[in-house]
Amino acid sequence: MNIRMSEPIDPDVDLHFGSQRRAVARSWAPVLLAISLGGGLGSLARYGFSVLLPAAPGGFPWATLSVNLLGCLFMGVLMVLITEVWSAHRLLRPFLGVGVLGGFTTFSTYAVEVHQQLLSGTALAAFGYLTGTVLGALLAVLAGAWSARRTAAVLRGRVAG
Amino acid sequence: MTAVLVVLGAMVGAPLRYLVDRRVQSRYDSPFPWGTFSVNLGGSLVFGGLTGAAAAIPGPVVALVGIGFCGALTTYSTFSFETLRLLEERSHCYAAMNVLISVLAGVGAAVLGHEALRAFVA
Repeated sequence: MNIRMSEPIDPDVDLHFGSQRRAVARSWAPVLLAISLGGGLGSLARYGFSVLLPAAPGGFPWATLSVNLLGCLFMGVLMVLITEVWSAHRLLRPFLGVGVLGGFTTFSTYAVEVHQQLLSGTALAAFGYLTGTVLGALLAVLAGAWSARRTAAVLRGRVAG
Repeated sequence: MTAVLVVLGAMVGAPLRYLVDRRVQSRYDSPFPWGTFSVNLGGSLVFGGLTGAAAAIPGPVVALVGIGFCGALTTYSTFSFETLRLLEERSHCYAAMNVLISVLAGVGAAVLGHEALRAFVA
């Protein structure tokens, strides 16, 4: 199956797009630095959540669920703002999208926690965490994109009116 | 101290995700997000291994490599955004495959890493 896309699938870097291939070739050092700094900040915030919402051994991992859902909500908002509302600075998406949100959200902790739930919790809790994160994350990214589009449309209407 | 180790690990993990993603995309021309899949799989395998060998691995190493490096190498926001984009492009099959394969392979990798390292340490 081959599809022609109007916008990137991958919000980090999508080499199907000539503009992104050229940007990659032109300035890799500032991009990597922006991603590294953003990733450090995002991960620090994720660690902060794990300190504020510590899970008891075998308990439900609320901290990881919260950061993953919040990060997906922000990703939905950010991508609409960057691709549809503003023409953002070229380092903004690497810093905020790839770095901060990529570092804030995590798949590896999620996978490890599903396994830990299986080992020390119950199979039902493990299945609930597994599917709840997937469905919640999709709804969150959708809600973020939708509310950013709505807000932009209302603001545009006000400016035009 | 733990926070500093998390940040240091993440400052390496996040740019590595970007580099791996780019590399995978330039090798395999497909709308399926193999780049994000690869980092999520790799990070889950390594973090799973750390939990399997927990008895032999000091806490600061778990903070640096597990929470920091693997945490930032892997991503949930990009994974779910890509799934949404595939749905918007009406590639329902790719979107469903992305969710199923990523979750099953990710958890499978964490279990595999855990069991392999646990057997090795014991």
